[in-house]
This record gives sequence, structure tokens and C-alpha cells, in this order.
Amino acid sequence: MDYLMGLRGKDYVMVCSDTTAVQQIITIKHDEDKLMSVDDHTLLALSGEPGDRVQFSEFIKANVQLYNLRNSRKLGTKATANYLRGELATALRKRPYSTNLLIAGYDKGKGPSLYWCDYLATMHKMNIAGTGYGSYFVLSMFDRLWHKELTEEEGLALMLKGIDEVKKRLVVAPPSYCIKIIDANGTRTIKTISDSE
Amino acid sequence: MDRMDLSCLESAPRSRAAELCPADLMSQSVSGSSFPLPQVQDMDAFQRDAMAYIKPNHGTTTLGFIFEHGVIVAVDSRASSGTYISSQTVKKVIEINPFLLGTMAGGAADCQFWQRNLGMRCRLYELNNNRRISVRAASKLLANTMFSYKGMGLSMGTMIAGYDPTGPALWYVDSDGQRTSGKVFSVGSGSLYAYGVLDNGYKWDMAVEDAIELGQRSIYHATFRDAVSGGTVSVYHVTKDGWTKVRGVDVGQLHYKYYPECDLHPCHGKPPI
Repeated sequence: MDYLMGLRGKDYVMVCSDTTAVQQIITIKHDEDKLMSVDDHTLLALSGEPGDRVQFSEFIKANVQLYNLRNSRKLGTKATANYLRGELATALRKRPYSTNLLIAGYDKGKGPSLYWCDYLATMHKMNIAGTGYGSYFVLSMFDRLWHKELTEEEGLALMLKGIDEVKKRLVVAPPSYCIKIIDANGTRTIKTISDSE
Repeated sequence: MDRMDLSCLESAPRSRAAELCPADLMSQSVSGSSFPLPQVQDMDAFQRDAMAYIKPNHGTTTLGFIFEHGVIVAVDSRASSGTYISSQTVKKVIEINPFLLGTMAGGAADCQFWQRNLGMRCRLYELNNNRRISVRAASKLLANTMFSYKGMGLSMGTMIAGYDPTGPALWYVDSDGQRTSGKVFSVGSGSLYAYGVLDNGYKWDMAVEDAIELGQRSIYHATFRDAVSGGTVSVYHVTKDGWTKVRGVDVGQLHYKYYPECDLHPCHGKPPI
């Protein structure tokens, strides 16, 4: 079951996703990366039907990069999120993409931002956000523990606490996860959690 | 969904392939671009009716894995319609070209047609670019085709195995449009049983002969437990020189080879009284 969680800290955004690829009742892969960099300062965390997920994210990535090349300026996180929402909304009345996603980004001068978007093209700017059954446990936990001065260490500790809760309470908890961070220095993976941990 | 918007398919740009080939050649055989869609209001209802006539082959076990000395692909050969075994000699490995193999699970016709179509497009790529297509690119061609027909009733679960300048490669592609690379895959109704044996015996640095035996044994055990898998086990080995077929053994013979005495088998039973 897909699990995505994101939080906006003091000067960064952190996103976490499970890394399983599932086919019916079989986990066919344990290291599928569902956190996709659109460019050096924007990250998409995607869940939903596998075909839609990849096709949609690659489409968005290609078009944002095309925009960057044509206009010699980077599309900001807000603009990327709104463009993406528009594409989802257009597709909704034709052939909808079944993808729920988080858009995380860091813009120079504006700081970090996190958007939540579902396949019906509802979009919100959030401080914490998540999708999937796992997020029900973790959202309340983050509601309780989040504050806006959260440092990177505190944020990571919170993310790990969330994963522990999912593993403890969710019947269909995924075994492996990946956590990425995006800040003034760009995007990097800060932790991967494999099956045995 | 009661009505489907097909406008995205109507204005599909003509491929480079279409420009190179005479129109009459493209309009038949394996060309996917001219594949007509049924002109119906309710695609879902049409599909349900159609599926009642064409029963796809759902029982299958296929597997593939990458190891130090290349890729192993192993499959069974049974086709069944309901409780009836309609064939024991189905070729479930599709030889796309000397360096690419595709496996067949789900609808036999869908797998055969679209992998034939993929073979054609890979050949056109070779003629245009003077080099072989990568496995990554070939699998994406197929995945994109699958995605464009998503929700229209295609049924296909396949592994694309091959060898290119980047080394051995194995991709899983299905009719949902999912495409992912990996070291070990198994597809079909017997895949759960095959995984059980395969995951247990898999090692990256195994010898070629051990790898072939592991593929064969995994399929054998899957055919033992899965009623709709059976026939013969076919094993292929892919190296930098292309693929070779290395095994083709009847699972009945394998059973007596692995268990010559009946009490050697875990499932043997003595009458309780």
C-alpha cells in the first residue's frame, strides 16, 4: 500500500515514500524510487497506479524542463504545482491519471514549500501532508509534534517515528522506505530503510 | 466509465516507421499504428461481451533473473480454458530478436501480437541507427504502447530480457502500463510458487549450470502446485552473444528425476488406516 509523507521544516522540505513495487499481492521490487526530481529544486513524490504514476511524472518533468530551456529561467515550485494541477484537471474529464502526489520545493528568496495534490486535481499548500492508509496514523502524530522551527535532525527523527508507527499499526505496511530532503543546496537522499530494519 | 474519450488516439503522429515502409505493407501484419478500435458507445459492455467469446490463457508460470553470467528466462508451456487443458506445447518465450526475449503471461494473442510489433520496431530502429536498440528503450516502446491502450482490455504481463552494451537487463512490463527493472521477476498464476523456490536459491555469483537448474526447478515446483501451469519447462540463457535455449524438459519426467521414490516427496501420503 502506497505511503507518502511530507513535512516543511525551518529551511527545508522532507519527503518520505515507501519503495515497494506491487503487482496484485506480490511485492515485485523493494527499491522502486517514487521520489522524482523535476529539476534541482523541485521534487515530486508520487503514489497511485504504476503506469499512470510514471507516465504522468515523466510528462510533467519533460515539460517543466522544456519551459526552463525555452525561457532560460526556472519554473518555481508554486508555478510547477499549479501547472501540474492544471494538467491533472484537464485529464480528469478525458482519461484521468490515478496519481496522488506531493510537490516539494525550495525557491531562493521564498524558502521551502510543500503542496498536496490528489488525482481529482485538488491542491493545497501544506506544512505536513501525506497519502495512503499509513498517513492516517502519521498525520495526527505530525499535527501534534510539528512546529515551524523544526530543524533537519528533528524532522528526520519525526519522519522515522512516523515510519515506526506505520510498521507497528498498519496491516499492509510496506517494508522499505526512502527519505529525501530538499533545501538551498538542492535535493539529496538522507536515509533509506530496508526490509530488515 | 460509460464513455471513453479516444481523441488522443486519433491524432497519433505517424511514426518514422510509417514513412519508411510502403503503406500497403504497414496496413497489415504487425503494424500497431493502424490497429482499428471498435466504434462503440459503451466500450466496457463491448469488452465484457467480447471476453465471453475469447477466453484468455490465464494459467502460466514465467520467471527471469539476472546473475553474474547473464540472464536466465524460464517458462512453462500449458494453456488452459477453464478446467480444460487446451495445449501442453505453447511457446511462452517470444524471441523478439537474437538479443531480446519476451515472456508471455495473460492474453496469448495480446502478448504475441504486441511483442511481434515490438520486434518490428526494434528492427526499424536498427536500420535507422545502425546499432541495436537497448533493452531499456525496447521495454519502454512496449510500455508506452500498453499505456496508450490502458483500460481497453489488453491483458499482458511480460518480462523483456536481453543484453546490450550496458550489460544484462531485465524489465517487467504489463498491460496496466507498469514498467520496472529488476534482478528477479516472476509472472503468472504460478509466480507465487516460483518465487518461493527462486528467492531461496538465488545468488548473484552462481555458476551458469546452477542458474539454469534453479530456473528449471522453480518452474517445476510451480507446475506441481499450480494446476493451470505445466507441460514442459523451457529455459533460456542470455549472454553478450545473444540468447540460447538451454533446456526443454517435460515436467512429468522432471518429477521422476527429482523424486525417483515416492516417499522422497514431501507430499507422499500413506493411508491413515
